[in-house]
Formats: sequence, C-alpha cells, structure tokens
Amino acid sequence: MKVAIIQFPGSNCDWDAEHSVEDVIGLPAGRVWHKDSLPDGTEAVIVPGGFSFGDYLRCGAIARFSPIMKDLQRFADQGGQVLGICNGFQILCESGLLPGALVRNDCMEFRCLNQGLKVEESNDRFNSKILGDNLSLPIAHGEGNYRASDEVVAELETNKQILLRYMPNPNGSINDIAGIRNNAGNVYGMMPHPERAVEDHHPCLDGLPVLKAFLQPLLNSSPVELSA
Amino acid sequence: MKVTVFVSPKTTVLDPQGAAVEQAIKSLGHHSIEGVRVGKTVTFEMEGSDTPEIRDEIDRLCDGLLSNPVIEDYRYEITSE
Repeated sequence: MKVAIIQFPGSNCDWDAEHSVEDVIGLPAGRVWHKDSLPDGTEAVIVPGGFSFGDYLRCGAIARFSPIMKDLQRFADQGGQVLGICNGFQILCESGLLPGALVRNDCMEFRCLNQGLKVEESNDRFNSKILGDNLSLPIAHGEGNYRASDEVVAELETNKQILLRYMPNPNGSINDIAGIRNNAGNVYGMMPHPERAVEDHHPCLDGLPVLKAFLQPLLNSSPVELSA
Repeated sequence: MKVTVFVSPKTTVLDPQGAAVEQAIKSLGHHSIEGVRVGKTVTFEMEGSDTPEIRDEIDRLCDGLLSNPVIEDYRYEITSE
C-alpha cells in the first residue's frame, strides 16, 4: 500500500477515503488501525473524518495519543505527505502537526451542505490554476470554526499556508479558513470532504482534483498539468 | 486526594456555547448578566499528596490531554478528602 488511511475507533470516512484513492484515482491504499504501525513503503497518509473516540473531551484530543501518532509525527518530520480531513484536520491540529484549533461552529449547529470555497494561491500543487478559482465540496461538522492566535493567523497568511476559504462562511472560522497546510508544504488539513465528491453519483466532482493535488508527488514526478 | 480540574475557553477565543447561554439568560430577563463562558470540570482521585512533583504531573496532564493551550485555560484544586 502506498497510501495509508488511519482508522481510529469512531472514524467513519476511512472506507470512502480508501475507495476514492484506490478505486477512483488508482493508487494502492489501505486502512491501518490506530494501534498498529505505519507500513513500510507508505508514501502518503490520510487521517480521515469521523468522530474519533466519540469526540470526547475535544474533537481529536484522545486520538492524538494513539500509538500510531508517533509514527505519523516521524513520517511528517521526514517530509511524508499527510492529509487530515474534517476530524482528521482536528486531530492534526490537536497533535501540533498543524497550528491552531477547531472549536464549535458559531451558529451552534451541525453544518451539513455542499459548501462554496475559494481556492487560494498556496503553492505549486494547491492553486487556482490547478484547482480553479472556486470549488464546491461537502462539509459536515459541528466543530469547524478555525481559531489561532493573531500571530499564527498572520503567519499563515504571509506564508500562503491557507488552501481554501469558505464562501460564504458557515461556522465563524477566522479569515474564512477552511483548509491549511504546514509551512514545509507536506502536511495538509481541511474541513471539507474531497473524498465525498469524486464520483458521478456525488453532489459534485470537485474532490477529485483536490485529492490528486495532495497525491501529486505519488502520481507524477512533474507538477499536475492544467486540465484543458 | 481528589483533584478537580476546571477547563475554560480562553478569554480571547470566541465561545459560541457561552454566547448562546448568555442569550438564553437575557431572554429570561436577567439583563445585568454578561460575559458567560462555558467550560468543563474534570475530577479524579490520585494517590499521593500535594507536592511540587504531583503538581508537575497534573500540569502535564492538563496541558496535553485535558485542555488545549491554543484555545483553553485551566486551573485545578487539590483536596485531601
């Protein structure tokens, strides 16, 4: 397996993530239990959505201490590609692999809809030339309100670490932030669900280019071509 | 001994739960109340006594697991009972 998808108790987007990577995109993928080690040869890791450990204490707070997280930290430190989706994003923030935290939506409601997003010019993989100016992706979360100190938010803006912004903002997230990456450019996190937008029976197909952009180092040694 | 940890959202972080509760309080006619924040309490029994080492251990627990320093503050009380 090239793409490891971590399965925590309460993960529920793990199968969708595997299906989208293996069956739709065509890269070998597999699910890895949170108490196991990352398999040798892993080239990318997806931390999927769900409600790991029932979201008890805080979303992602308990998953952060799962045995596999030490492997994931090492993998990320060595430049391995990591993507956290929804609860996976919350886990990456709790573990410190990404800055900031996700708190309760300001509307106090669970938001489940096809969400408009603006693509930011982040790096050579995530930008409007590759993904288009705007995307529509499913969101489904109660705690997607991104928060960080003023200094951290200023750094994210200066370093172009913001991948996607909500349009309009469904949860009160600061600066409309829907997804970010680390400064090194190998750890990505987003609240929207690209794995739920990859097939014709899905509300849209915008998740496909987003997943491909993340997996680009595995798909092709040269940057993804701009589609005609 | 018994340890009671109080975790609260940082004053600089928006607290949607607190805001919703404050709205409910005001709708009940209590207009003199403001600044409502909703936190959580964690209690546990712990062997040992109130020493600097024990407090270090509790701090480590609070900082890593029981609270997230990005969004929350904590304090705790130790009682001998």
